Formats: sequence, C-alpha cells, structure tokens
Amino acid sequence: MTAHDGSYAAEAPPRGFAPRVSLDALRDYGVLISLVALFVALSIASSAFLTQTNLLNILDQQADLGIIACGATLVIVAGGLDLSVAAIFALAGVMACKVANETGPLLGILAGCGVGLGVGVLNGLLVTVGRMNSFIATLAMSIIVGGVALAVTGGSQVIVEDDSFRFFPQDALVSGLTRASVALVIVVTVAWFVLARTTFGRYVYAVGGNAEAARLSGIRVNVVRGATFALSGLGAGLAGVIVASRVSSATADAGAGLELTAIAAVVIGGTSIAGGEGAIWRTVVGVLFLALVGNGFNLLGVDPLYERVVTGALIVLAVSIDAWARRRRS
Amino acid sequence: MSAPRGSTSSGPYVELRGISKRFGGVQALSDVSLTIARGSIHALVGENGAGKSTLGKILAGGIQHDAGELIVGGRAVRYRSPHDALVDGVTIIAQELALVPQRTVLENVFLGVESRTLGVVDRRALLRRYERLVERSGFALPPSMPAGALRLADQQKLEIMRAIARDARLIVMDEPTAGLATDEAKKLFADIRRLQADGVTIVYVSHFLDEVLSLADTVTVLRDGCHVRTAPAAGETRDSLIGSMLGRPLTTVFPPKAPPPPDAPAVLSVRGLVRGRVVRGVDLDVRAGEIVGMAGLIGSGRSEVARAIYGADHRDAGAISVCGRRVDPRSPRHAARAGISLLPESRKHDGLVMLRSGVENITLPHLDGLSRAHVVAPRRQRGAAAQMGARVGLRAGRERAPVFTLSGGNQQKVLFAKALMHEPRLLIADEPTRGVDVGAKEAIYELIVSLAAAGMGVLLISSELEEVLGLAHRVLVMREGRLVGAFADGEATEGNVMSAAFGAVAEGRSR
Ligand SMILES: Nc1ncnc2c1ncn2[C@@H]1O[C@H](COP(=O)(O)OP(=O)(O)OP(=O)(O)O)[C@@H](O)[C@H]1O
Ligand SMILES: [Mg+2]
Repeated sequence: MTAHDGSYAAEAPPRGFAPRVSLDALRDYGVLISLVALFVALSIASSAFLTQTNLLNILDQQADLGIIACGATLVIVAGGLDLSVAAIFALAGVMACKVANETGPLLGILAGCGVGLGVGVLNGLLVTVGRMNSFIATLAMSIIVGGVALAVTGGSQVIVEDDSFRFFPQDALVSGLTRASVALVIVVTVAWFVLARTTFGRYVYAVGGNAEAARLSGIRVNVVRGATFALSGLGAGLAGVIVASRVSSATADAGAGLELTAIAAVVIGGTSIAGGEGAIWRTVVGVLFLALVGNGFNLLGVDPLYERVVTGALIVLAVSIDAWARRRRS
Repeated sequence: MSAPRGSTSSGPYVELRGISKRFGGVQALSDVSLTIARGSIHALVGENGAGKSTLGKILAGGIQHDAGELIVGGRAVRYRSPHDALVDGVTIIAQELALVPQRTVLENVFLGVESRTLGVVDRRALLRRYERLVERSGFALPPSMPAGALRLADQQKLEIMRAIARDARLIVMDEPTAGLATDEAKKLFADIRRLQADGVTIVYVSHFLDEVLSLADTVTVLRDGCHVRTAPAAGETRDSLIGSMLGRPLTTVFPPKAPPPPDAPAVLSVRGLVRGRVVRGVDLDVRAGEIVGMAGLIGSGRSEVARAIYGADHRDAGAISVCGRRVDPRSPRHAARAGISLLPESRKHDGLVMLRSGVENITLPHLDGLSRAHVVAPRRQRGAAAQMGARVGLRAGRERAPVFTLSGGNQQKVLFAKALMHEPRLLIADEPTRGVDVGAKEAIYELIVSLAAAGMGVLLISSELEEVLGLAHRVLVMREGRLVGAFADGEATEGNVMSAAFGAVAEGRSR
C-alpha cells in the first residue's frame, strides 16, 4: 500500500544510507512501541493482567469508546471535529429503551441507531450546507440533543423489562468474547477498510488535506464531509444502544465526556488533529493505550485520580510530537 | 546589520564549507562549498530538485544543515530558526510565499516587529514607519488591504518590504519571478538593483537563465545536490549553464508547431462569459488539436476566465459548449465529466494535497476508473501514476513520496500528471510550467504539442510571453476582463501582444 499514515521515508528512492530514526518515525510508531512496552510492564507487574478474562474484559469495556473513536477518526481526518457524540450516545440509548418498551426490542435497537444516524446527518448538513465551523455546530448540537434526551426521560432512568432487549448481554458469546466485543471488531474492520481501501476513504484524506484541491479535482467535498459526520453519528448511536442493551436501561446523562475521550484516543494514536492524515489502526492503538492505563491503575491499586493526570499528559505528549513533526516540514 | 552600507562587491559575506543535508533517503545537498561576496547578486541555478531551495533555507535558518560549516560575516553560525538568521540580517522570500492572507499589508510587513506601547500595538507609529518604508523601498502598497487580496506581484513586493523592514542585509529570493508577467519581472529587477545599491546582498534562485545572466554578478550551478561551478556571470552563456545543469546540451526549446486542419471542430466555445467585474463578456473558441494562448497582464482576468469555464467559480452569464454540446459546468465535477481539465495557477492552494503522495494526488480525480465497487486497486493506481509521472518527466519512484517533500518543480510535474491522466478533450493550463526547470519544460512542451496533435484542445495561459508565442497556434490578449486582441500564428509578436495587453492598440474584438 502507499503510505496511509505518513511513513514515507522508506519510499523515497534509496541514495546511500538507511533513513535515520527521525521525529516522523517517532510519531509514526512511537505510540505502538509505547503500547507494547506498557503491555509488557503490566504483565510483569500484575499477575491478574495477562489473563484471558482480564484481556477480554478490557475489549468488552472498550466497545463503546472504540466504536465512537472510529467515527471520530473519519471526521478528524476529513478536517472536522464532532463534539456531539456523547449526547448522541445518551439519546440513542434512551430512545432505544423507550421504543423497545412501546413496540418491541428489535425496533428499539434500530431506533437507537437511527437516531444517531439522523443527528449525524444534521451535523453534516450544518457543517456543509450551513457552512458552520464543525466545532461550533456539533457543540450546539450536543446541547440540543442532550436537552432532548432530558426532556424524553424527564430526568429519570428508563428501564426495559423485556429480556430480549439484552441483545448485547454481558455474558460471553464464545470463550469469553461478548457480542459487544464482536461488534467492536466488526466496526473497526469496516472503518479500516473504508478509510484505507475505498475511493471514499481517499476522498476523506484529500478533503481533510486540501479541500479546495479536492473540489477542483471533481470531488463532492460537501458529500464527503457530511458523510463523515453521518457515520460518526451512526457509530455513537450504535455505541449508545450497546450500552443500554447491556444493562437494559438508559439515562439522559450517560456517556458524559465520551466525546473528549474519543478525540483523545484518536490523537494519542497519532492521527493529526489538523486533518488529512491518520489511520484507524492508530485509533485502535490509542483506545487500547488508554484502556491499559486505566486497567493498570485498577490492577495495581493506584488512586484512579491520577489516571486523569496521566491521560492528560499523554495527550500533551502526542500532540507536541505531532506539532514538532509538522513544523519541520514547512 | 554589521555590513557597512553602500559597500559594493567586496570580500566574502557568506561562506559555505562542505554543507550537506539529507531528508530521509534523499541527499538534498552534498558537500557544497562556495562563497557569496558582500553586496553581490549571487544566482543559484539547477534542475528541479537540485537543492537550490534547500540551500536557501539553510542560509535563512528555515532548516539546519547536517554537516559542514556556514560562515556569515566571518563568524561560524548555525541558525536554529528564521528568527536567528534575521538577527544576523539574513532572510528569505520563499518559493511559496508565506504571508498571512487575512491580515492587512501593514500587519504583514511588521509582523513580529510591531511598534508597541506597553505591549499594545501602536497603529499610528506603525503607519509612520510604513510611510518611511514606502519611501525607502519605492513600493506603495495600500496598507489596510488584506494581503490575500493583493496580486502575486504585489505580494512579492510585500515580502521585499518585509525584509527591508527587518533591516535584512542578505535576502534569499527563491524564484521570485515565477508567475510574474514580463513587465512586472522587469520592475522587480530594478527593485533588486536598488537593493543592491543599498548594500544588500541578494541570493537569487531562478529557472530563467536569461534573467540570471543579465542580473547576477556570480552564478552557482548545482546538480543533484552537488556544487558544479561558481563563476562570474559575465563569463557564462545560456548554453554553458544548461550544459552544467543538465549534464547535456539542449538545442531546441519549442517543438515545431502543427496547427490543426481548418475544418477541425470546436472542442470549446464560450459566448458572453461574465463574472462580476473581472470577466466582462468573453467569447472564445478552441478547436480540436488547437493550442490557444492567452496573454495579458496579471489581473487582466485570464485565470478568472479559466476558472469560470471549469465551474470553479460561479459565472454570472455565458454559454459554454464542449464538442458542440451545451454544458453548464456548475462545479468542477460537471466540467470534468464534460471532458475539461484545469491545471490551476497555484499548486499549493488549488492543486495538490501536500501531505499525500504523488500517487494519491495524480489519481485523485480518476479513482473511479482505478477501483472496482469503490474499492481502490492499489497496484493499478500506482502503475497508472508511475506511467503518467514518467510522461511528464518525473524521475521514477518520486511519485511515491508525499508531495511536500518534492521540490517545487517536481510538484508542478505531479500537478500536470494529474490534469492529463484521463486525456481530457480540453486542457486549460494556467501557468503550466511555473517553477519547472529548462529540461523539464522542454518535456512538458513536447507533451502539450503531442496531445494537441492527437486532437486535444488546449487553452494555455502563461505569463511567459515566450511560452505563449512559442506554443500557441493563436494568441488571444486580455485586458481588464475583455479580449482585446487576437493574433493568428505568425502575426503574434512580442511587440504587438504586449501593446494590446497594455492597451496601446485595441484590435478588433475576437473570439
Ligand atoms: N522536507 C523535505 N522532506 C524530504 N525531502 C525533501 C524535503 N525538502 C526537499 N526535499 C528533497 O530535497 C531535494 C532538493 O529539493 P529542493 O527543494 O532544494 O530543490 P530545488 O533545487 O529548489 O528544486 P526546484 O527547482 O524544483 O524548486 C529534492 O529531492 C526534494 O525532494
Ligand atoms: Mg525550489
């Protein structure tokens, strides 16, 4: 494949020496190396870490964040930002429960996903046709959607009695793998394929890298950008449904802060917040990295207060490496 | 700053000893040693990718050399940033201009060196300084105009004013005349000479060898990152420079013209094209196999005509037909579908996705044909890009690299490959050879001529009059949004085209 992720040094015609370890290489693979190092360290430090139960548990717990982060990757590579995913996540859960109670579990699950897609499409329209800055548009949308979720629930928990609503149960499907984990793996695979292999994926990179050049190349820039928001909304809706179905209930304030954690995972993975660069594998690495940090604090019994400090420091580190690499180019 | 004012070519100012620089796997400069005399105009010439811009950036602190010594004013230096270099009086006017387009001329000129009172920018004091600067430089730009609204030539002036405002003693100018019309280039030369008379040393990078020969005191030739020769310009000729740059002589520049048969059908006809006040009623035809040149001063509306035909800008009125069929290009997508291809004027802003590889860029508009069920076939994509790259003279393999790592001229070749990939029926080429070296220019000219011979129509916009005259079967001249002259092949001369462009002679309205 050609470089999806900015690793190009090896592609330049060789003239003499092998490429030295550069800042770009650090940005490209540093996070992967850190992930492996953290993994090894935790395996040594805690006997409970390297067990099938613990690892599969981590995967299950990351399903919602992972799915949302995949959508966030598409949006960010296309040069946007989606701050509404946490609110969509909550509304989708609430709507899924409501509709499940009114009609049936399956319709409830579809309704939750549909709400996510619908809000995502609205975001897309605001950003493209409405020419709004995506930060502001999705911030406003997040407030609106959060308000709607509160109005729908009246501030209380919505509970589903019907057991078949538990389409994503906490119990394992096969050998410890839950349906939620399987959903995560499928979403990651599809998102990777779309971004890395399809024409749409190429357009996403082009639009995020230089929208005017993309437009002059005959690409429907608005359609591409709008679609990234729609997919991000759909992902958030699915994540909301998975979590609601897992516990057969939903509240309007579920998932608070999820939008920022998702962006953090994307950035820690090394996808540039400036758009035009990045990859799904990076996001997977970013999500796993955050998950291992959390798991490590948990297993080693460190005060979870410090987890936030560490996460924040990681973001600073990731973004400054990106900024250095970027400065050297100009 | 240490330079005595008014000193002429006297003694070394900058000395490079064995300077090397590599980027990843590319050795951009290897072991380059040369001396730049104080107060001289020192030209750098070489093929695309020879390392000229890299050398300029090292001088001005934009990047750092890996090995070797840089001695400025007798002191070994190693600039960590452009700011460091500026403290020593060294600055660069880059190949891709670096202005803040939304901010005013005034703000851009004094960016970073504002007059402040208690940390608050003092606009009055700035304006007074600006007036003095206008006097000193002889450039009168409107101080409150946004820099992005200035014409390219004026942006260039703005950059020079900026350098003077910072008291620069050595200015690196990287292809300052690429994209300037002949008359504006002449004005720039006068400005450069004035700077020299003021004691400023100029390092001048250009692909226009005649320019170099008439302007420079000394010429350095680079090839593949190596220093070939530094010699007085007076002892060089165009051929001697080309020989050392390319390692081979270049005989003919323009291929012989092959005008289309008189009954060739029109691929493009435009009637009554209007866009605001910049395009005021333009009629034109391009026939299959015909190369129609468009000359005119910068700002005469040529690029705007091109963009309106391509659907890149909205048009207020005008009928457009391609191959006899009415089309209504409301967007570039429509135009591309109709068989029109545009090579935009600014590769950085309108042409290329700098972070992506040449392969991605070249194939971007053509992915539908290189994919099955919307899944890209990477091998076919790479193969197609490599083939096109070879046709425009891109060295094999270079198309794999991200475009921002390519030299300016090679970026232009990528842009060309992209525009030509699906053999459009009409190519609108706006400044097609901007920043391209003499050898590659020849290749591009041959390509244009051979495509035209195969039946493609070409609308060629160029500020290099020589290029328009050398290639076009018919020359149209624009002034103030209107076509003011049309010259058949043989009638067009530098004299009559220029006088039409300036408005001295108003030939009949034409199509
Ligand atoms: N940031 C970068 N990363 C990687 N390679 C680079 C970078 N900048 C320049 N190069 C490479 O270094 C070589 C010299 O480039 P440079 O821009 O100095 O050429 P140039 O002589 O100015 O060419 P042109 O006439 O086309 O402007 C080229 O092979 C180019 O691809
Ligand atoms: Mg250059």
